[in-house]
Amino acid sequence: MKNEKNQAVGRARDRLQQAGIVFASFLIPILVWCVVSYVPFIWHPKVQVTDPGAVDYFQPGMLVDRAEFDEQRALVRQQGLALPSGEPANPIYLPAPHAVAKALYTGFVTPPVQKDAPWLHQSLWHSIQIIFWGFLISSLIGVPLGILCGTYPLLARLSEPFIEFFRYLPAPAFGALAVAIMGIYDGPKIAIIVIGTLFQQVLIISNTTRKLEATLIEAARTLGTRGARLITRVVLPGILPDLYRDQRILLGWAWTYLIVAELIGTSSGITWFITQQARYQHFDNVYAAIVLIGVIGFGSDWLLERLGTRLFPWDSAKTRK
Amino acid sequence: MTSYLDQSDAVRERFDAIKQREVILEVRNLHKRFPTPQGETEALRNVNFQVHRRELVCVIGASGCGKSTLIRILAGLEKQSSGDVLLDGAPVQGPGRDRGMVFQGYSLFPWLSVQRNVMFGPEMSGRSKDEAASAARLWLDMVGLTPFADAYPHQLSGGMRQRVAIARALVNEPRILLMDEPFGALDAQTRSRMQTHLLEIWKNIDITVLFITHDLDEAIYLADRILVLKPHPGEVLEMIEVPVPRPRSAAQIATPAFRATKARLEALIHPPAAGGDGDDETAQPELPSNMVRFTLVNDNVEGGVQ
Repeated sequence: MKNEKNQAVGRARDRLQQAGIVFASFLIPILVWCVVSYVPFIWHPKVQVTDPGAVDYFQPGMLVDRAEFDEQRALVRQQGLALPSGEPANPIYLPAPHAVAKALYTGFVTPPVQKDAPWLHQSLWHSIQIIFWGFLISSLIGVPLGILCGTYPLLARLSEPFIEFFRYLPAPAFGALAVAIMGIYDGPKIAIIVIGTLFQQVLIISNTTRKLEATLIEAARTLGTRGARLITRVVLPGILPDLYRDQRILLGWAWTYLIVAELIGTSSGITWFITQQARYQHFDNVYAAIVLIGVIGFGSDWLLERLGTRLFPWDSAKTRK
Repeated sequence: MTSYLDQSDAVRERFDAIKQREVILEVRNLHKRFPTPQGETEALRNVNFQVHRRELVCVIGASGCGKSTLIRILAGLEKQSSGDVLLDGAPVQGPGRDRGMVFQGYSLFPWLSVQRNVMFGPEMSGRSKDEAASAARLWLDMVGLTPFADAYPHQLSGGMRQRVAIARALVNEPRILLMDEPFGALDAQTRSRMQTHLLEIWKNIDITVLFITHDLDEAIYLADRILVLKPHPGEVLEMIEVPVPRPRSAAQIATPAFRATKARLEALIHPPAAGGDGDDETAQPELPSNMVRFTLVNDNVEGGVQ
């Protein structure tokens, strides 16, 4: 009893420690970002003008190179005119953490500058839908095909060489073709995600299927299992935890195709938001959107992982090692 | 000196009775050849034997003698090159419920609880879930695992997993139980408990057992008869009638009948001065006689404290 209690305490401590490490792995890059942003002598190659003084082209809020600022300042001093003043600053493409955090907040509460333009959350929702449909369509074809290829060597030999060839073709290369076939809206975007995911999916899942222990299938056969029921009652449940893990990784890949996919045809979704904001040099908004993609990706994967341990209790022994 | 051929009256009577029973499994002129990169290998050559109802036959032989191939052919998992395997007089075609199989590796379905594992066979033969569940409970009770019905296989010890595997095979009520080195991966203690357990099950139900092992003591302890195979190619050397009387107990290991049988098996499997076959697993390269010493001269493990 006492031993069990000790073990439970040990496990809780382990979990706390692990959570701490996860936290630290995010904290370290954020700290680096903070240091670079807030400690002036680390980098800050620019000067933000607060008072233009007698320099005629300086304006308050303007960013100039530090060398240029010093030169102008020396020039004005020689002439005995009003000196410009300014603060060290980072380039516009590296906003400080607090600016990004603020942009993250204002992005959701302030209406878009352009009329009829989608809000940030609408852009995001559009992207999530593209990912969802792309991944669903890919999985509807890829998962059954992968399992069949892993089960029947003949089918694998027939289909895998072509799939192997096709997966080297960059999915974005099919962009123009997809637009020609499916128009300029969501069709081609979903198609790019399908093309980018499907072929890897078939190969990965057929490989996972092949790794199922042959004795399990043999045992099932000696117990009177035949034909399709070997797949539904033995192969499928046997590979399910691994299949689930594969799908999680593949979903991550689908996200990486999102940005390219959304640039095809009429730009849409979070990509439209990012390119639009970058055009106006609102880099705090750009970072906010990128952070959002990361949070959604990481968060959904974390949720799926937790769900996985619930769904496959027999697999927990394997993963905890 | 007792010979393994000397049988007491009780033992002889028992063998006479066994031979009166119907033949469950008959293997006739069985050959198995398969291609390898080095050309064709002959795994089994002209194997013939019969197993009677409720007989416990062990198959023994050095590694590479084709005993696994033999049992896989009997189970229908592999096809013979020529010859016949007859179960109740009918040729075997592919795997079937009439031959239960217990594998060496734990072949339990990890995603099913213990009870659902045992229910698997009955469910496959189209019985309802309730029927399958009650059959499973009966057999789990038989192997003493009722308290673990809802556990998953990974939560059980090796011996318990094999008991589930036996229950899972027996619930289908097969004509013969094929066991492919089922206790090979267990530690010595668990192993001897499982042997006793198997004999107990075998005594209580109408089941014929064909048991593969490479452990001579295990074969003598369990078997009515022992089929001895020789490797490269797998051929029957002898079918030995074990003269050790039943009921068997661990104490019989010191009896003359047991020792004579073991001596005979050893002579068959590890023939003295075989001339160095090369691929026999017992033919190990010699250790060097003057081994280099990596410790201090006076740091002597076998001597006293320095």
